[in-house]
Parts: sequence; structure tokens; C-alpha cells
Amino acid sequence: MNAKPKLLTVLDVVAGAMFVAAVALVFFYAPLERVMGLVQKVFYFHVASAWIGMLAFAVAAFYGVLYLVKKDERYDRVELAAVEIGIVFALITIVTGSIWARPIWNAWWTWDPRLTTATVMELVYFAYLMLRSGIEEPERRARFGAVYAIIGFLSVPLTFFSIRLFRTIHPVVIGSNDPGAEGAFDMTQKMTQTFMFSLLTFTVGFVTLLWHRVRLGVLSDKVEQLKLKLQS
Amino acid sequence: MSGFAPFMRALSAVVWKDLRAEWRSRELLSAMLVFALLVILIFNFALELESTVRANVTAGVLWVTFTFAGQLGLNRSMAVEKDRGCLDGLLLAPVDRAAIYLGKTLANWVFMLLVAVIVLPIYSVLYNTNLFIPGLLLTILLGSEGYVAVGTLLSSMAVQARTRDILLPILLFPVAIPVVVAAVKATGGYLQGLDITEIQPWLNLLLTYDVVFTAVAFMVFDSVVEE
Repeated sequence: MNAKPKLLTVLDVVAGAMFVAAVALVFFYAPLERVMGLVQKVFYFHVASAWIGMLAFAVAAFYGVLYLVKKDERYDRVELAAVEIGIVFALITIVTGSIWARPIWNAWWTWDPRLTTATVMELVYFAYLMLRSGIEEPERRARFGAVYAIIGFLSVPLTFFSIRLFRTIHPVVIGSNDPGAEGAFDMTQKMTQTFMFSLLTFTVGFVTLLWHRVRLGVLSDKVEQLKLKLQS
Repeated sequence: MSGFAPFMRALSAVVWKDLRAEWRSRELLSAMLVFALLVILIFNFALELESTVRANVTAGVLWVTFTFAGQLGLNRSMAVEKDRGCLDGLLLAPVDRAAIYLGKTLANWVFMLLVAVIVLPIYSVLYNTNLFIPGLLLTILLGSEGYVAVGTLLSSMAVQARTRDILLPILLFPVAIPVVVAAVKATGGYLQGLDITEIQPWLNLLLTYDVVFTAVAFMVFDSVVEE
């Protein structure tokens, strides 16, 4: 009665194929960076994950607003799904960043604005999950979740600016670069192509995952209702 | 019921109610104050606040004290409403709910400022530093406003959750980080006698935070308390 949509299956295959292609591009197509060597290849998926993290939290805040306006539980499902995916990708960003930072900055971690903001953001959304798990009533849980998704998302840029007034060493590869940044490099054309393809791959992957997670939400709500029906 | 005059009447009624209840019981302020003093005492041993170290950490110690004491007060001020069913009574009143939110926020702000008013001279005496710098007082005014604006909203969510006692700090602290960073930096700037041009960005950030979050909380409070 709730068969998997055809388009979702297609998306699964496309996302999987694109991911394989992206890995191949990263390792065989993109040239080796002269100074940093192999470890620079982390960059392609690191930035793509960071992008998906931000995108997911933005989507969550957007659906939070929609929920508060329309009070439709479908929006709440999308919001929760986006937050969960965002947490995973933000974590991937932090971990891949650490792997890169160890040889380049000679430390797993620095208190740089981007790193700190990513961590604070991660904590905001952990708090979001804890808030939701502390409330049983589905309707109230959805309302509170929406409010916190909005507040949390708004705080992220302010956190970033507040920490940025400290000196940063994180390289800005896209756009203007701060001469004080360590580990910066210029992308060649092949690198740019690989990078763009990774971004696209991760975005398609995000849409696929989001769809799956929303579907899971729908199904688990249905199971919940069936359980209630059995009990009564 | 709309219009400016009824809104202000409702707002001042809520503030007045909170202040009067507090004046009679004094349980919230006394708890915040004793807690604040204990935090300073603990810092004294944890950081060995000698005169050389002190110059650099005073701003941090002060703001950790304010935020922790403030969190205690925020939790309590909403828990009292919830426990005795006062919140339902408030919500039944035919007034704009935003007025209730602003009233609670103002009352919490007053409590936090009162704590600051008492903690500052005590800190000054205990550690022989002059904290009565007009700019520093402005920083406390701005910083605590942003903090209670978000805190009042989040505490009204936290008290309705199962894990309410532990939830507020977890919800509030990650969101309040810009306030803490900016307030600590501005306070430190005033204590070190830095030029106003170096402190200005932090004050701007505090002001931005205050405006953005007071406005957002004002708009979404309705959906937090709606039953």
C-alpha cells in the first residue's frame, strides 16, 4: 500500500553511480596537489559535506517556519529528517577536516572560527534531538522542534562572526583568501571540475537520503497508529 | 484585544506580578546570588586568581557567573509558573501572548541585572579591581538582554518537557555563545582600557543579537505556549 516510488529507486541508482564516479574523479582525474600531496584529496568531500550540512540545517529551518505557519505534520517530518542528515554530514566535515589538519596544521584541532562554529552547530542540533526526545505529545514536539530549528539556525551565523574576530588560519579556497591562512592552494581546472562534481554528487545524495528518511518517518507514524489500534 | 495601550498594560501587569512575587518570597534572587558568589569562590581556587592572572580572566569569570546564575533564574521563573498552574491562568487571560513573553523577559532581565548590581561591587572588593566603568555596565545591559530574550523562550519550552531540569542549559548555551563571546570580549576590552574602536564591533554584535533574537522570540512565543 505504500510501495517505494519508482523515482526514488532511480535516484538511489543515480546517487550511487555518481558517488562512485566522484571517488574515481578524486583519485584518478584530479591532479595531485604539489605541496600537500595526497591528503589534499580530502578537500573534495570535506567541502561537499560541509555544504550538505549547511543545506540540511537551512532546509530544517525553512520547514520549521512552514510548520509553524501551516501546522502540517508533513513539514515536521521533513524538518527532523533534514536535521538528522545535517548532523551526520557536519560530523563527516569535522572528521575529514581533522584528517587533513593533522599533517597540514600539525594539529587535529584548532579553535578556528569555522571549526568552532561547526562544533557549536553540531551541539545545537544534538540539543534539538534531546528536546524532541523529552516530549511525548507529537504535536507539541513538532512545535518546539520547529521553534528550536529556527532559533538554532539563526544563531549559527552570529556564532561564526563572533568567533571570526579572532584570527583565522582556515584556508578559503573559494573566493578571496586571507594571506595568513595555512594550507591554501589554487585549484586547477581539473580540480575545479572534480570539486563541482563532488558538490553535485553530495547534493543528489542529500535529496535521496532526505526522501528515504521522510518515507521512514511516514511509515513509523503509520506503525504507531496501527499499534494504537491494536491496543484499543 | 489589540492596540498599544492594552498591550503595555498587560506587559506591565506581568512584570509587576513577577517582581512582586519575587519581593515577597525572594527565593529566586537569593538562590541566584548565593550561586553567583559560589561560582566566584570556586573560580578563585580553580584559577588561582592572583593579581597577574586576574587582569586577563576577570571578564571570563564575570560572564560565566552571570550566565550560570541567569540560567538558574530562568529555569526557576518558568518552573514556578508551570508547577502551580499559573501559566495556564496567564494564558487564559485575554491578552496578547507576546505581552506575556515580553513581561517575563523584562522581569528576568531585571533579576539578572540585580544579580550583576550586587556581584560587581563584591567582586571589586574581593579582588581589588574597579569594575564601575560605564562601558562595562552597558555591556552587561546588552549582554543580559540577549541572554534572557532567548532564555525566556527556551525555558518556557524546557519546562514543558520531561527532562526539564537538565534541558534548559543544553538548549540555551549553544545558542547563547555569540552573546558570551561578545560580552566577554567587550568587558575585557573595557577592563584593559582599550580604545572604543576596538570594542565597538563587539557591542555591535551584542546589539544585533539582541534585536534579532528578541524579535524572533517575540514572533514564535505564541506557538510555544499554545495548547
